[in-house]
Amino acid sequence: MSMMKIFDISGSAVSSQSQRLNVVASNLANVDTVAGPDGKAYKAREVNFQTVLMNTPDGSPGAGVRVAGVTENQAPGRKVHDPANPSADADGYVTYSNVNAVDEMVNMISASRSYQNNIEVMNTAKTLLMKTLQMGQG
Amino acid sequence: MNRLTNSLDFQAQALTLRAERQRLIASNIANADTPGYVARDMDFASALREATGTQAAGSTMTGDTATARGHIPIGTGSTSELGLKYAAPSQTNLDSNTVDMDRERASFVDNSVKYEATLRFINTDVRTMLDAMKSPSQG
Repeated sequence: MSMMKIFDISGSAVSSQSQRLNVVASNLANVDTVAGPDGKAYKAREVNFQTVLMNTPDGSPGAGVRVAGVTENQAPGRKVHDPANPSADADGYVTYSNVNAVDEMVNMISASRSYQNNIEVMNTAKTLLMKTLQMGQG
Repeated sequence: MNRLTNSLDFQAQALTLRAERQRLIASNIANADTPGYVARDMDFASALREATGTQAAGSTMTGDTATARGHIPIGTGSTSELGLKYAAPSQTNLDSNTVDMDRERASFVDNSVKYEATLRFINTDVRTMLDAMKSPSQG
């Protein structure tokens, strides 16, 4: 049953995309985070996807996805001059996180679309498999 | 026996290849966001021709490999050499991923419809065979 592998392939994509969505959520939640007393503000994170081979036992090709790692964006954080803020440094600047809200929204839409696509692939595969099970019955 | 199952064998090969292609397209869709992934697809017609022997579609498979009268002909069909092709990128992409989501979705729907069609052919073949086996009195 080579169709069964589709659930592994699309399943790996769905879990990778949901991990990406998770990272987007934490980035968006921290969009206005200010640097703590240690002077380090939140750095935007992003996931790196990698193809993982999911060949069937007879060697037919299949390619799933996995999250190879989560990297931090090393761009400097947004600095705002606000001497009255308790988190301001000696020069009166407050360092915010380097999250770009627009980037994250685009990322979120892309992740959710890919998620939906893969769910649909699994639904179709399931329908086809159910019909295959009834083969010869009418 | 062979005459009875000939068409069924052919459709079974077609169904297997359709399932393979379905998996390929699922792989492409799964990797739509993976940097550097190269989309793949198969040339279905030539893959089917290869799987069912070089003869015309639906004809007897590899009768020439039988060395004795009692040998059962086996199709040369091996699903591991599918003649996979790499999709040419339709649009340039900064992360060199060549998955074209529009094309993949179209191929996916196309392939599922044809998979169902092949299934229906098999079901009809089976029903025809069963009808032929019935005695006239059974109606």
